[in-house]
Amino acid sequence: MFSVKVQHEDFNAGKEYQALTSVGAGAIVTFCGLVRDHSAEGRIDALTLEHYPGMTENTLQQLLEHAGRRWSLLAGRIIHRVGRLEAHQQIVFVGIASEHRQAAFEAASFVMDRLKNDVPLWKKQHGQQGEHWVEVKESDRQAGAKW
Amino acid sequence: MTGNVEIKVLFFAGLREQLGLPSIQSKLQAPLTVASLQQQLASQGAPWHVMQSEHLLCAVNKEIVSPEHVVRAGDEVAFFPPVTGG
Repeated sequence: MFSVKVQHEDFNAGKEYQALTSVGAGAIVTFCGLVRDHSAEGRIDALTLEHYPGMTENTLQQLLEHAGRRWSLLAGRIIHRVGRLEAHQQIVFVGIASEHRQAAFEAASFVMDRLKNDVPLWKKQHGQQGEHWVEVKESDRQAGAKW
Repeated sequence: MTGNVEIKVLFFAGLREQLGLPSIQSKLQAPLTVASLQQQLASQGAPWHVMQSEHLLCAVNKEIVSPEHVVRAGDEVAFFPPVTGG
């Protein structure tokens, strides 16, 4: 009922949503994160996502299971891409199915906030300013801490 | 346990680039905590001084651990910067 995937290839958010409709849910919340084409420092051409094979998958799975203990969920799915991703490409998919909408909304938000703080994934940004490893944002740290 | 232990240490992201290598296999004096392992690595001269950063995270056998965690022979230890996925 909870599954995760770390992959280079793109994903089809429509197909992932369709798969979640078979579990008898009354509510499905999906989230897609994409590569922005700009930041405060200027144009962004691409990101390179690095992960820790094995640990990244384990941590994502533990995150969904944690959400499943906290809210009444029917299914959950996370797909996170790695490697070089150009501006406007998809990075991450989160889909949560539950009986009622509040659990699905909250669990999806929890998963994304904690993913940004707890899961071994690192972004290198390529753009107008050359390339550099992305620093942790204080707003992301606070969002992770609120749960 | 005392004596030398064989430990594999992995590095990721910016730390991997600063050190110029993804992993090392090291024989170290046991018993050894994560904090003392980090200190030993940091004391090897340039570019290893980057291991002194207090922001680095550590995982042992793919689980996040505290600096007091004791490393054992055969463990896979990883050091990396704070995460930025999503």
